[in-house]
Amino acid sequence: MRFAVHVEVSPLEGIADPEGETIERALPALGFEGVRHVRLGKVVRFEMDADDAERAEERAVEMCRRLLANPVIEQADVSVAALGDRRQGSDLGL
Amino acid sequence: MTKLAVVVFPGTNCEHDVVMALGNAGIEATLVSHRETHLGDVDGVVLPGGFAHGDYLRPGAIARFSPAMDAVAALAREGAPVVGICNGFQVLTEAGLLPGALRRNEGLRFLCQPVRCRVVTTRTVLTAGCRAGELLELPINHNEGNFTCDAETLRRLAAEDQIVLTYLDNPNGSDGDIAAICNKRGNVVGIMPHPERASDVLLGSLDGLKLLGSLAKNDRVASSS
Repeated sequence: MRFAVHVEVSPLEGIADPEGETIERALPALGFEGVRHVRLGKVVRFEMDADDAERAEERAVEMCRRLLANPVIEQADVSVAALGDRRQGSDLGL
Repeated sequence: MTKLAVVVFPGTNCEHDVVMALGNAGIEATLVSHRETHLGDVDGVVLPGGFAHGDYLRPGAIARFSPAMDAVAALAREGAPVVGICNGFQVLTEAGLLPGALRRNEGLRFLCQPVRCRVVTTRTVLTAGCRAGELLELPINHNEGNFTCDAETLRRLAAEDQIVLTYLDNPNGSDGDIAAICNKRGNVVGIMPHPERASDVLLGSLDGLKLLGSLAKNDRVASSS
């Protein structure tokens, strides 16, 4: 089976995120009040073959541990979705 | 004569400066491609600054998979000098040869300026020629120089005498004002400032030569080759 994998990498809780803080300070200037805990991260999306969703997630988590995130300073959230047979362009269906 | 390999990754840009500065320190240095699995008949290795593999993903994240890194790790295990300067420091942390990580500078600015550093320990391959407490003026040139580790690691670095240089006026938010650290043995050193840019009278400072010159003095260099 083919899966669409979505990996979200962001600074670990407790690690300062100056970019997130700057965004948080900028939003009220545009009238967006009440915004808290802004964290800026990055997203890695890819497709992967795996026997089932559990196995796909397991492999993606291992990829995060070994390459996609640096566990000293970053955390990673993985989500996996089965892809239909008919995919359209680069739309991963997430 | 001490011989060192200087590894060139795609995007490395300080390799020639390092070779010239090592030459000023009486050390023969040879450029070696990151694709090589053997670094040649050398006593140690330097990973110079730059943007290895474009700093894609994170600085050092891709470089640590380069074929040459197995040979670098082997030298580290043998106790031979392994020095990472700036981007090279980032590569060494990503490769797990040094603890911690280097995050984006606290002020979100790329920093290019001289800084004053204090020599904390002289037991490393890079500081053997310095005096403890000595002040050195060295240029920094980095966007991700903010050394970060958990509290336990920071405590252990201090307890095991692994903090090599500290900033007098912390420019980037580094934990413990750290500018350079080493492994327990003192043969693997990561340093954010650029000693090669303070290695000639024309550059305004010779302080970097004290560091690079230390690589020639180390006895372990000869015994490990």
